Amino acid sequence: MIEGQPLIDFGWIAGHFDSIVQRIVQHLQLTILPLVIGIVISLILAVWAVRQPRAYGPVTAITGLLYTIPSLAAFAALRPIFGLSLLTALIPLTTYTLLILFRSFAAGFSAVPAEILEAAEGMGYTRRQRLLRVELPLAVPLMIAGVRLASVTTIGLATIAAVLGDTFGGLGQLITEGIQNFFPTKYLLGAALSVVLAFAADYLFVRFERLVTPWARARAGGR
Amino acid sequence: MSDVIDFFLDPTHWVGDTGIPNRLVEHLIISGLAILAATIIAVPIGLYIGHTNRGAGFAINLANIGRAVPSYAMMVIPLPFTLALAPILGYDPTFGLNFLPIFLAMTFLAIPPLLVSTYAGLRSVDRDLIEAGRGMGLRERQILGRIELPLASSIIVGGFRTATLQVIATATIGAILSGGGLGRFIFDGLNQGLAGRASIYAGAILVAALAIGVDAVLALVQRRLTPRGLRKPRGARAYVPNQAAEVAPGGGGLPST
Repeated sequence: MIEGQPLIDFGWIAGHFDSIVQRIVQHLQLTILPLVIGIVISLILAVWAVRQPRAYGPVTAITGLLYTIPSLAAFAALRPIFGLSLLTALIPLTTYTLLILFRSFAAGFSAVPAEILEAAEGMGYTRRQRLLRVELPLAVPLMIAGVRLASVTTIGLATIAAVLGDTFGGLGQLITEGIQNFFPTKYLLGAALSVVLAFAADYLFVRFERLVTPWARARAGGR
Repeated sequence: MSDVIDFFLDPTHWVGDTGIPNRLVEHLIISGLAILAATIIAVPIGLYIGHTNRGAGFAINLANIGRAVPSYAMMVIPLPFTLALAPILGYDPTFGLNFLPIFLAMTFLAIPPLLVSTYAGLRSVDRDLIEAGRGMGLRERQILGRIELPLASSIIVGGFRTATLQVIATATIGAILSGGGLGRFIFDGLNQGLAGRASIYAGAILVAALAIGVDAVLALVQRRLTPRGLRKPRGARAYVPNQAAEVAPGGGGLPST
């Protein structure tokens, strides 16, 4: 910090409003793409693990191992391979969602009571109908809990993608530039916005869960 | 790949302040201190909340807040203060630039998983066992020490594993603030362009090996601490990475809110 400089320079923020908004948009891209890809992969893996319970252990072990690799290491290791392409940021961000999403999806499916599955079979549902109309809706609360955690985690990890350079940008870029220039306004803003984004995502999924599971609210006595 | 092997074979990379042993020690010291501080703060609170079931809402909210704050952000938020306090408290400004904010962020991030797992571990204990203990005339403290803690220890160590992984990963990011530790091989490599490739890979391998190695050791501790009657008979022997990243209703092994 330079002597006499205010902690937060509001004039700078007002003057750079557009570029700040652009950073937020970049950050959302870095979050949403890995989440969507992660959800698709995890859904396939979870459906597979429900049908083949033997697959659960190895899938958890592999996704867990991927989760154990620190993010800075993962981004850095992929850069020489994919260069500064979007893949370098997207691959680790996606693999980090897998453990959380797969576990919550599998837990959601296995939480469906066996009687309900039998009832669906008795009503003549095919396997696919049962999956889409019975298992999936009942698994939703646990699935959303997983997506919620994965989204918050991804928002945090996406800030670290900024070490790869300005190609991906995002709020981490504000933090990194701010630190390099000893300019607290910039790095505090980047940090604060990433926190706000994470909280907003968390809140959004809580609301979403209530919206799609009206029965849970009714059971809890209209809470 | 051969340049990475060369990196490890180069004797100059094994000596001095920037050598692998010193960076490893730096990484372990800051991680260990943060875990220690977080344990001292989180475990007693978790034990109190778990034993009395008072303040459960506080634990759940704290867990959600702790999960939502990005670690990189957490590291730079205290930065203006740790820098400004250096002349007042009389510590080295460099200490305020890299060690202190990284340590604070790591401690802050390690508290929620530790607190929540301690709380959740205690709550997982069968109420009948506690009532039986009371019936046998055990005092509250004895119930905590002889019934609840042994039965909860596996879940508590699970939270300890999550916290440790997070702390090791955060220490790596600390390199961006020119902190020490193994992350320096990665970050310095990134700043050297193509020439830094070997350093990046070597750093990534070292950090991943450290994280997986520490996690495997803690997994062993977790198994040892599980009372014999609760151990899974077979198949549970295999190392399962990061078992503690529980995803339960409401998250973090907590009752749904």
